[in-house]
Amino acid sequence: MRGKQPFEAVVAAHGATVYRVCRAILGPVDADDGWSETFVAALKAYPELPDGANIEAWLVRIAHRKAIDVTRARARRATPVAEVPERPSAQQADGRDLDLDAALATLPPRQRQAVAYHYLGGLPYREVAAVIGGSSDAARRSAADGIANLRKHYPGATALKGMTR
Amino acid sequence: MTSDQPLEIGDLFVAAYPDATEAELGRLHERLAERADAQGLLDVAYRTVDTPVGTLLLAATETALIRVAYETEGHDEVLATLAARISPRILHAPGRLDAAARELDEYFAGRRRGFDLPLDLSLSTGFRRLVLDRLSDIAYGHTVSYAAVAAAAGNPRAVRAAATACRTNPLPVVVPCHRVVRSDGSAGGYVGGPAAKQTLLRLEAA
Repeated sequence: MRGKQPFEAVVAAHGATVYRVCRAILGPVDADDGWSETFVAALKAYPELPDGANIEAWLVRIAHRKAIDVTRARARRATPVAEVPERPSAQQADGRDLDLDAALATLPPRQRQAVAYHYLGGLPYREVAAVIGGSSDAARRSAADGIANLRKHYPGATALKGMTR
Repeated sequence: MTSDQPLEIGDLFVAAYPDATEAELGRLHERLAERADAQGLLDVAYRTVDTPVGTLLLAATETALIRVAYETEGHDEVLATLAARISPRILHAPGRLDAAARELDEYFAGRRRGFDLPLDLSLSTGFRRLVLDRLSDIAYGHTVSYAAVAAAAGNPRAVRAAATACRTNPLPVVVPCHRVVRSDGSAGGYVGGPAAKQTLLRLEAA
């Protein structure tokens, strides 16, 4: 038994994945907050994490909880001015596909979470179910429904181009 | 085959999904280190510095410098040991080590003869620790023998143990084990290798 690796190695290995998940769940504006909250909480709890635990699943579970906190905080401070600003184009200067963010944001929460945790977080459906509740099969159905909804309603999103037939 | 279809779509989705850039992740990491430090969660902060004896790893607890490591010791290995012996709450966080890095720069530039940093020698225990506690008595530019250090630590016959204490010094350069040499005047071994020891002795002789 070699004990725990330094937390720095956890951030290096999973930082990008957690960012994708946060961005999918929270959108581009609050993704940074979600990421920070997730890793601060993870650092705090890290010494008690059992050796051999699935670190990615653990991080996604924390990100899921923190996303709920961030969303509530956003709702409390929300004003009309804080709405997403108008976008002249769906494609940002850095090439990012904002349509995809917008498309994800319209999914029902469970579908969005199932899609994000399975496809972006890399969790098997069993782990997705542990995070969002319900059975593995229900998690699989939610993800499939989410992808189907994205295909049906947002054919313009880059990921789904050519996938509409 | 049935499970393959949604996977293909999912893969396309992943491929199109925006990734954080290196710069963004770097900025997020920096903010994480600051927040962790402010909340008392950063048990060990580390950074590296480039010096004439190679890249040195510096690590500090909230109160003191606890480790200086040569590349030959394996920096990943050293961090793994710190995780096991001190705490796994370790982040690359250069800010906490600004003073240590500055003093090392000054030392290697020949503008500093002693270090003015809080030190933590708890990674060394027993007789080894007694030996290391005596090393700061050796003035810049001077050398003493392993036998003399063993005697100063209270056990004149433990010459070999004194050499082991120096070889396992957790704070080389800052705690000057390089100033301990063999009785015949030759430099002897060194945690950073014989060439690094010669470099430090030449620097201090200048």
